[in-house]
Amino acid sequence: MKSLFRKSLFHAGRVPDPALLDGHRSLIRRIERRGLIRGGLSLGALTMLAGCDVKTPDSVEAALRAVSAFNDVVQALLFDPGKLAPTYPASMVLKPPKFNAYYDIMDVRPVDGQSWRLELSGRIAEKTPWSLQQIAALPEKEEIIRHICVEGWDYIGQWSGPPLGDFLKRVGADTRAKYVNFFTADDYPSSIDMATALHPQTLLATRYAGETLAAPFGYPLRLRTATKLGFKNPKSITAIEVTNTYMPGYWEKRGFNWFSGI
Amino acid sequence: MKTVETAAGTRRLHPLPLRIMHWLNAVAMIVMITSGWGIYNDSVIIGGLHFAHALRLGSWAAESLLWHLAGMWLLMINGFFYLLYGLVTGRFRERLFPIGIADLVQTVRDTLHLRIAHDDLTRYNAVQKLLYVVVVIAGISQVVTGMAIWKPVQFSGLVSLFGGFQGARLVHFLGMAVIVGFLVVHVALSLLVPRTLWAMLAGGPRIPRPVRRRRIAT
Repeated sequence: MKSLFRKSLFHAGRVPDPALLDGHRSLIRRIERRGLIRGGLSLGALTMLAGCDVKTPDSVEAALRAVSAFNDVVQALLFDPGKLAPTYPASMVLKPPKFNAYYDIMDVRPVDGQSWRLELSGRIAEKTPWSLQQIAALPEKEEIIRHICVEGWDYIGQWSGPPLGDFLKRVGADTRAKYVNFFTADDYPSSIDMATALHPQTLLATRYAGETLAAPFGYPLRLRTATKLGFKNPKSITAIEVTNTYMPGYWEKRGFNWFSGI
Repeated sequence: MKTVETAAGTRRLHPLPLRIMHWLNAVAMIVMITSGWGIYNDSVIIGGLHFAHALRLGSWAAESLLWHLAGMWLLMINGFFYLLYGLVTGRFRERLFPIGIADLVQTVRDTLHLRIAHDDLTRYNAVQKLLYVVVVIAGISQVVTGMAIWKPVQFSGLVSLFGGFQGARLVHFLGMAVIVGFLVVHVALSLLVPRTLWAMLAGGPRIPRPVRRRRIAT
């Protein structure tokens, strides 16, 4: 295993100003066509400039994000809710798992399991917060799946916890809603589509390799989906919201594709 | 049964649709290669090999990914029509085949003796033919491995074909290397014989249309 402190884009020192990219998605969807045409025209010219340290013009940025939004639609169509990700033998499990976050492992903020509650909001009938003991009493599932990072590396991990789909049905969530949003103790908001939330290999994981999740890997509860890239699996979840309103996650605000299905 | 030969006049060496597809492909390839270099750097395949910032499209990985996953549509759609065109019009068969071994050896020998004859633009030598065939196959392979990397769960069968996710990444990387190698030779030769470059812009010399053999029942 490589050093836990390896330099990665998830520790990127210089990222585009979030304020610049924030909340432009609905606007982008509206100007999709115009942006595409304009962007297409500048595309050829920009290719020639690829070598120079120029800032991508806003029109090109908008066109690229419009295509990314289009790719969300294509990926939702490609996603087969019945298709299971390959699973692996326990001998292939990496222990401990690989740490990766937008912050350094030294900056992990510990969560107190006793006072921790899972809050529920949005299109959910039973919004009473859940304690860790209540979560632990739910039927669990275990899966040994491949974690694939958007950067290109991967490892096999063994996760267990209640399936998110079962949990959503238990609390009376509107499963026809579009999105399930997550809010976390490490300020890493994230959102996934309902189809992925209901996939049998999408878990609210509480344990790794049979043991309680360690703090850096998302104690006490994290999302673990077998059908999305690593960054779509928020750690230390404190609230779940079911909604029809799109909310870009931490990395989506910085330019990564939202659906990011695998 | 009787074979009838129909004369069909002349046409440009490179018909307009082909020229448009060639230049669209040039843009798509450059976008895919340079944005791919931007993505590669975050998890290198060959230790120590990094692509300089100046060579990359996109100021950081997220932007390179946006370019790569937008450029793929141009590459795939244009590539699809190019393959369809080459097969339906018979251009592939006419220009790229057959590739004779003796011909291949002779061309290599001539090249090593610095005899690069290119008087007749309308005839490709065996090495040229082979290079074009290889780069078309590499292009198709890039789309297939690209799909495996983009959707390793949905296309898990494709991934196992390449010996796993990292295997698919490796083949995708090698495909890029083949295409970049081709590009270096292709661009260098077109600059050595600028008439070929001009032909891809203006259409080139007029050549007789390929004789169509049609079998008709008598």
